[in-house]
Amino acid sequence: MMDRSGNVVGVAAPLEWDDVDTDQIVPAEFLKVVEKKGMGRYLFYRRRYGQDGAERADFVLNQPAYRSAAILVAGANFGIGSSRENAVWALLDGGIRCVIATSFGDIFENNAARNALLCVRLDEPTVARLRSLARKGAAFYIDVPAQTVTAGSEVTAFQMDPHAKKRFLEGRDEVSTTLETCGPAISGYEARMPAWAHPSSVSPVE
Amino acid sequence: MGSSVLSKIWDAHAIGEDEDGRTLLYIDRHLTHEVTSPIAFEALREAGRKVRRPDLTFAVTDHNVPTHDRDLPVESGMSLRQMELLRQNARENGVMLFDYESQDQGIVHVIGTELGLTVPGITLACGDSHTSTHGVLGALAFGIGTSEGEHLFATQSLWIKRPREMRIKVNGRLHAGVYAKDVVLKIIRDMGTGGAIGHSVEFCGETVDSFSVEERFTLANMIVEGGARTAIMSPDEKVLNYVRGRRFAPKSSEWDAAAASWRELASDPGAGYDAERSFDVSRLEPQVSWGTNPAMTVGVTETVPSPADAKTERERVSIERAVGYMGLTPGMRVTDIPVEVVFIGSCTNARISDLVEAARFVRGRHVRQGVRALVVPGSQAVRAQAELMGLASVFRDAGFEWRNAGCSMCIAMNGDELKQGQRCASTSNRNFENRQGTGGRTHLVSPATAAAAAIEGRFVDVRELGRV
Repeated sequence: MMDRSGNVVGVAAPLEWDDVDTDQIVPAEFLKVVEKKGMGRYLFYRRRYGQDGAERADFVLNQPAYRSAAILVAGANFGIGSSRENAVWALLDGGIRCVIATSFGDIFENNAARNALLCVRLDEPTVARLRSLARKGAAFYIDVPAQTVTAGSEVTAFQMDPHAKKRFLEGRDEVSTTLETCGPAISGYEARMPAWAHPSSVSPVE
Repeated sequence: MGSSVLSKIWDAHAIGEDEDGRTLLYIDRHLTHEVTSPIAFEALREAGRKVRRPDLTFAVTDHNVPTHDRDLPVESGMSLRQMELLRQNARENGVMLFDYESQDQGIVHVIGTELGLTVPGITLACGDSHTSTHGVLGALAFGIGTSEGEHLFATQSLWIKRPREMRIKVNGRLHAGVYAKDVVLKIIRDMGTGGAIGHSVEFCGETVDSFSVEERFTLANMIVEGGARTAIMSPDEKVLNYVRGRRFAPKSSEWDAAAASWRELASDPGAGYDAERSFDVSRLEPQVSWGTNPAMTVGVTETVPSPADAKTERERVSIERAVGYMGLTPGMRVTDIPVEVVFIGSCTNARISDLVEAARFVRGRHVRQGVRALVVPGSQAVRAQAELMGLASVFRDAGFEWRNAGCSMCIAMNGDELKQGQRCASTSNRNFENRQGTGGRTHLVSPATAAAAAIEGRFVDVRELGRV
């Protein structure tokens, strides 16, 4: 859960494999859903459920200790692959507020920042240690203003993109901000846009 | 110090900065499709806004359209709903749509370049990770999420952190039967799935120079599987010749001025890069992915890795899981892997030159009994051209299904999918678990290797077939 100051407190679930692509987070067949809400039911669908639709006991988020996890401690290359923002929506709707990993897919990380899903990047030995603390059921507390992860008695500082931090703590309507602060710059470019950058106007072939 | 092609385009489009070090980039072209756009359009509507520049925005249905006969009804209600939503949203905002029945319809990254919507020097964005493809023409192209898509609809601009730049040089003459797909698989295999995270990759070198524009598309398209933010190349005369005369490209009266500007875009000799890699491909063999991400790839004469070869415990777990999912035996020869389905399609490898290469291995032969093989052209225009060239009948006569254009079995949203446990030789870009259908097993290969696998019913070294 997230407390009022925007910090994340809760159970952390260890993910024991690297290269968690966004197809694993939300399979493509669920991309046809056109609402964000309820996307959590598709989170890690193929890992979470067997072919008969029953929960798989070997999947970490199905285990009693981790059902209410707010944090995932993954490994390398979390969120690689498809640009689907559904991956971020499903994590959030599934109760995950923060993912700790050694690296993230670029588009995933952008999408996460825009939806206040916290991505914490740490080096491999640290992430391995945090994973092992998560296995032992240590309580995790992520202080976003101070940029620290507290797991059990261990406190680790992390770097954070200043914009992602602001988005996480304040949340803002970026479109309005852009239009208010950069409207003239946008129109200015449009006035000097070279002729060749315009598509020549022709109707599509029917 | 000179400038890279990325710097030149970046500087011409940077119209603002924020205190967090992000740049506001004006985006000259926004391509959108039915799957990642509905929530962005909905958010736009809720805020009482419209698309700012419908004349720079183009929509196409590709991800979940059926590839069967276009006269047949669309069976999936959810597909129909997304297709209909895109129609409504395009109409409401005055955006040109290349719809299901249009002769211009096709995979967004195939039609964008084919129609001349992409030209050198522009910035382009699309809600799809393979948008890097457009960088081949000397455009700066970004794959974006749905929230960014909404921002782009409303402001025609995007806030982006400038990517670091990696230059990848590819040198050496490829052996006949070895293709751009094999080159990019080898690069990803060596760099890993995260090797280029945070970077725009600029390809150069004699191999890249010698490639056709379409071969270059394959490289730029798939390098995102190595983690790249995007790909870009200096536009050369091949690129200018490719763009010239395309429908939305500058017309003859404007051409000379455009071409003169575009010739200035190439990276200067002294341009600096944050990282450099080089690959010699003169002895490269055809590549076949064996596992569940594109870096899990070996040469066709090699064997499937064993968990015992792993250097770390996590790598051991990962190999074990992948081999198990793929139903392979560690140490078995790649050429002993049987194939049940062959998919020739996707934004990586479904352009006309891909079909020409695949057809070489099919002409006069027949798909092995028990194998399902399908060709899904990247666009309706590619399909029409292939029919004119007689390629369609080569495939049909050999027992291939000859389909209409779409993303099809690359993402398996449209009903074209593998069954549980089925093994596929695929010219697409992702071999993730369940990617081509629940329980499906994907091996990424070139169109030539895929076509030969359809005939033989297993992987073969196409260099030995004497057809190239």
